[in-house]
Amino acid sequence: MEFLESVTITPFVQIAADFPVFFGEVVFNGLLTGVLYSLVALGFVLIFKASGVFNFAQGAMVLFAALTLVGLIELGLPVWLGFIITVGAMVALAYLVELLVLRHLINQPDIILFMSTIGLTFFLEGFGETLWGSNVKKLDIGVPDVPLDIAGMLVNSFDLIAALACALLVAGLAFFFQYTPTGRALRAVADDHQAALAVGIPLKKIWIIVWSVAGIVALVAGIVWGAKSGVQFSLSLIALKALPVLILGGFTSVPGAIVGGLIIGVGEKIAEVYWGPAVGGAIENWFAYVLALAFLFVRPQGLFGERIIERV
Amino acid sequence: MSVKKLGLLLTAAAVGLPAVPVTAMAAGEMFIPLLVYRTGPYAPNGIPAANGMVDYLKLLNARDGGINGVKIVFEECETKYNTKLGVECYEKMKKKGPTGAAIVNPFSTGITYQLIPKAFVDKVPIHSMGYGRTAAGDGRVFKWAFTAPTSYWSQATAFIKYVGEQEGGLDKLKGKKITLVYHNSAYGKEPIPTLKILSEKHGYDLKLLAVDHPGQEQKSTWLQIRRQKPDYIFMWGWGVMNQVAIREAAAIRFPMDKFIGVWWSGSESDVRPAGEAAKGYKAANFHGVGPGYDIHQQILKTLYKGDVAAAKKNNWGEVLYNRGLTNMVYDTEAIRTAMGKFGNKPMTGEQVRWGMENLNLTQDKLTKLGFKDFMQAHRITCEDHEGGGPVIFQQWDGKQWKLISKWYKPMYDIVREQVEKEAAKYAKENNITPRDCSKEG
Repeated sequence: MEFLESVTITPFVQIAADFPVFFGEVVFNGLLTGVLYSLVALGFVLIFKASGVFNFAQGAMVLFAALTLVGLIELGLPVWLGFIITVGAMVALAYLVELLVLRHLINQPDIILFMSTIGLTFFLEGFGETLWGSNVKKLDIGVPDVPLDIAGMLVNSFDLIAALACALLVAGLAFFFQYTPTGRALRAVADDHQAALAVGIPLKKIWIIVWSVAGIVALVAGIVWGAKSGVQFSLSLIALKALPVLILGGFTSVPGAIVGGLIIGVGEKIAEVYWGPAVGGAIENWFAYVLALAFLFVRPQGLFGERIIERV
Repeated sequence: MSVKKLGLLLTAAAVGLPAVPVTAMAAGEMFIPLLVYRTGPYAPNGIPAANGMVDYLKLLNARDGGINGVKIVFEECETKYNTKLGVECYEKMKKKGPTGAAIVNPFSTGITYQLIPKAFVDKVPIHSMGYGRTAAGDGRVFKWAFTAPTSYWSQATAFIKYVGEQEGGLDKLKGKKITLVYHNSAYGKEPIPTLKILSEKHGYDLKLLAVDHPGQEQKSTWLQIRRQKPDYIFMWGWGVMNQVAIREAAAIRFPMDKFIGVWWSGSESDVRPAGEAAKGYKAANFHGVGPGYDIHQQILKTLYKGDVAAAKKNNWGEVLYNRGLTNMVYDTEAIRTAMGKFGNKPMTGEQVRWGMENLNLTQDKLTKLGFKDFMQAHRITCEDHEGGGPVIFQQWDGKQWKLISKWYKPMYDIVREQVEKEAAKYAKENNITPRDCSKEG
């Protein structure tokens, strides 16, 4: 009975008591975190849209990009130059992935492509650590990190700036893929590899572009998360935070990744702060999946995913 | 070279490079396996500890020709802090060397839990120094497991003693709010029963906040702390959880000198990424910090030929490097103690277990070994495999850790009562008849 009350009544009483300032702070921080989730999820969506592959290596790409950037900075390069070289490294990686992996797997079953990205994960993690070491590396990109008081809510300046930067990047990418010829070509490739080739869309070029963009997204995600926690192996695990976003938003939708990220970010924070104490806490990780699965009951293709109708 | 060959070569390089050294062994040498994690999410903690252990064993071989003339051979096995891999390492190494593994240090609470039942069968002593199953401090039940010099429960009592003193006495803790932020694992949950017992005794309000592995995202935890407004925060964290927590604490303007970490949340890699924000943060410890001790000079001179930069590259003097040294002092001195009874030859696991159980690290002995002022004298017995060693507190000044307190003896009466209770429960569940230590040789 006591447990039932702690789940059904107490959280709402607490929300009412916390309204508007503290509850607003929970929601606002959830939104800021959600933008970061969107960014990570976007890396998956881009590759899935272009090749129908769930890129298991996206997390490892975040780690590899951040390790490369911080490694270059440690060698004495200025941040801007390190950033440019790392972007170059991610483009080179995209080229190599196309050359060594994807090219040989055209028209293979999706599961084969998926397995190849698992292999890529292990390679990138091992290669990154071999190249740059396993120690935690401090990443200072010069963004101020001070607590700000906004209408009574405490918000960290770094989180705010990072979320704004990510929001801009996400908006830019959404525009690029929705309204440019490359974006249209990308969607055509996603629909049917062979048909896209038949109408003259250069499949290999599209793959290189999309893996490069996913690499740059991984670099930005790595910078944001790496500056918060130091650049270290666990960065590759943040990909797990994007999975419920993808389930909720749909694997093929850029707006889905954005809205999904925000819903998951806010939802998990509210759940942890108000419902967590009733069950011993640490519920936000699995709650995000519960929330995403609940959405699937209503929309199996995800919030913005494409409904696939196949003749059987 | 074809593209395919280049791909294969790169893959082989990435997979093959972290290979462990293979060691050849002669009949008169004794073998110590080292379960380490130099890769994976917890590598930043694993690397300095492994380097400390390796350097101490190398020093003993170079300086003294081993232990009483018996050369030590060691081999690393990579666990990635993964319990399954840790057990595989143990199985692979337990029979190595002329007399098998002398002693095993799992360096993970999860691995320790799995190895304790195996140790009974294989007769290999398990030393989980300052981690693992706290109840293993009862040597009558846990014949093959050692937690010396101290345990999580002892540390929890030392925390309360320390903050009580900060407040002007334990009676002043009544009504204070203490929040434990812990890694949501067997390790992180270890101090909870002790802190609950002490909260009933001293009247502080204990709040518990779990953080799931790996702890990269903790916003909701710190939002709750902001609402709770605790007087003190204790942290039982590990890996990235520590760095993020320290940063989040600063983000909500929590006074860092009232934020105290367990001894696994108090290394350089925990505070450096947080930069200025970590200044003032405290952590517990059971040995010295920095490279200012005699042992460090000996290592510098013998192993690095005075090259400080090379030594520092190997984490020389860092907190977890020093922990590796401490761990090896216990193990090698247990071997030396065993040799005192069984002769100067490679020792079996059973003989080393006897050595551990009769280990008496006096201050005089520690000084001779180069550990003057680095750690406290300590004794292990058949009944008491922990010994209730004292705890000291350190603080990060923005550049380095500094010891800031006296040594605190834990409230060992409370700890021991719980240890015996839990050990008795374990004995009943596993059909173990506790030993009569008065009959042990």
